[in-house]
Amino acid sequence: MSNVKANNKDTLLQVNDLVMHFPIYRGVIQRQVGAVRAVDGVSFDIERGETLGLVGESGCGKSTTGRTILQLYRPTAGTVQFEDVDLVHLKGEELRKTRRKMQMIFQDPYASLNPRMTVADIVGEPLVVHEVAKGKEIQDRVQHLLEIVNLNPSFASRYPHEFSGGQRQRIGIARALALQPSFIICDEPISALDVSIQAQVVNLLEELQEQFNLTYLFIAHDLSMVKHISDRVAVMYLGVIVELASRDELYAKPLHPYTQALLSAVPIPDPVADAKRQRTILQGDVPSPANPPSGCRFRTRCPIAEAVCAESRPEFREIKPGHFVACFFAERFL
Amino acid sequence: MPDFILDVQGLETTFKTPDGVVHAVNGVSFGLAEGETLGVVGESGCGKSVTMLSVLGLIASPPGKVVAGKAFFSGQDLLKMSNEEIRHVRGAQIAMIFQDPMTSLNPVLTIGKQLEEPLILHIGMTKNQARERAAELLSMVGIPNAKDRLNDYPHQYSGGMRQRVMIAMALSCSPQILIADEPTTALDVTIQAQIMDLVKRLRDELGMAIIWITHDLGVVAGLAQRVLVMYGGYIIEESKVNELYARPEHPYTIGLLGSLPRVDEKERTKLYSIEGQPPVLYQKPNACPFAPRCKWVLDHCWNENPPLLEVGPDHRAACWVDTRTGRHR
Repeated sequence: MSNVKANNKDTLLQVNDLVMHFPIYRGVIQRQVGAVRAVDGVSFDIERGETLGLVGESGCGKSTTGRTILQLYRPTAGTVQFEDVDLVHLKGEELRKTRRKMQMIFQDPYASLNPRMTVADIVGEPLVVHEVAKGKEIQDRVQHLLEIVNLNPSFASRYPHEFSGGQRQRIGIARALALQPSFIICDEPISALDVSIQAQVVNLLEELQEQFNLTYLFIAHDLSMVKHISDRVAVMYLGVIVELASRDELYAKPLHPYTQALLSAVPIPDPVADAKRQRTILQGDVPSPANPPSGCRFRTRCPIAEAVCAESRPEFREIKPGHFVACFFAERFL
Repeated sequence: MPDFILDVQGLETTFKTPDGVVHAVNGVSFGLAEGETLGVVGESGCGKSVTMLSVLGLIASPPGKVVAGKAFFSGQDLLKMSNEEIRHVRGAQIAMIFQDPMTSLNPVLTIGKQLEEPLILHIGMTKNQARERAAELLSMVGIPNAKDRLNDYPHQYSGGMRQRVMIAMALSCSPQILIADEPTTALDVTIQAQIMDLVKRLRDELGMAIIWITHDLGVVAGLAQRVLVMYGGYIIEESKVNELYARPEHPYTIGLLGSLPRVDEKERTKLYSIEGQPPVLYQKPNACPFAPRCKWVLDHCWNENPPLLEVGPDHRAACWVDTRTGRHR
């Protein structure tokens, strides 16, 4: 696999050939009969202070990639370097300490907050668990964190059910910020929210990034929101990254047929522009990750697939500086 | 108005909840012309689904209640019909498809059985005729090997295919109106594109009218001819599709369009955000329901809820303010 590394830059996170297979067991003795190949060889870098967008359809492995980076799942193979520490081989206390610098914001603001805990307990919990503050200091820090995410600090003694979806997501963000992390994985942070609330949360994430020099991995299926927030974007399909480039490059000149189809499928809120567009409508559904196609994963739905696509897996290669693509025929679109 | 096949006037629906009576739909009036595609846009809780469910007599009562209004369909008021009468309209002349294709299909019946049921009930086909027609319908919505797949159960179909089945079922009795309630929201974008393509093709072939309910202004842009924007149980803007996107008049519509990032945007700008959150109306408001979130709000907005005002040709908005000048209209 090619080394997806941007040189001379301050690399915060380096993911190399990450593989996450979930075993499938069957029968009385629970023998392993196969594996769901959720993530199957993914490599990318994230620079300090940048936002990398990770997009793909449901089941493509984007959330699993995020969780595997944080070692919430221990990867089947591959390495994850975070600030020159190899996370994959860290254990126990060492791992816990490193995790302070990496946080996660979850998709569902209704399920990711404990309904029996007050806001103060939720936002303060990381401080208690990691023993970085005590007593009154926790209270002060919580008040400050609530102010940072534009919530009234006097809400600290309330419970999650008293808040709307957008407010809950702010609580989740305050919790993620509690330990002053340098890296946050945002796993579909806005897809459960109403349209008018989405913009509020995205604007907040952008302000916080500037204020605290945060680095984001922004996982989403909404290509227009990913375009808005990201510096670079990676597109996943069935466990592999098929294309990675700067946002302008990727959206203006996508080189992988899947990226092209995905972009043309996004509705534009403008009837005039929408009518002018050329659409590529993909046939069929995404195959099962337990039994992915041979060779190129996308070949069963690809409009330009040829015999070679079934025989070998296309290399994830740098076709021009900073633009990576896994397709044998990407040159056609240059 | 004789040129509308569906004419809804002054519809009001309320729900009894432990916290009080929620006014979900507050005097909604609209018409649907023959063969027209009408988009209904709004956020969750704005009353867009409840409006359509009320029209079809599908509101569970209690807690729900249609307290006022008329809904004329071919000269008859749907809201005055008995359960038995409206059952003959529903499914046969007006069909509906829902957001979640998994929960709308019966998991223990084969796809074939579920497709045949309305054909036998509404049209009076024999079992064999219904079987044949079911296979035709399945292949019409683009499911390969339709005959064999009739024997499958819903869990053997993917999400996109289940939504195709729902569409096939809705179209089985050749309805004059298809009401689609967020049918693509649970689907991935590439599958959404497939379904929208299918609906457009079937619309052109069969010439039915469509009411498409969604929160996604992008989806409506490529599909509808006319759009209603709803907020707090009111229609707050109504216009031809091109006009609405080019010249939105209501501050809520302006905000909604401004808060959407676009895949074809060139510059990265800060997203416009509407502060606050949508209301839950425990009483019918005397003020404009959007006033607390509106940046153009005037004194008058707190005193009187604006009706739909003519703001252009075929374009109406419920707002006292001309947003270009910031003054009262």
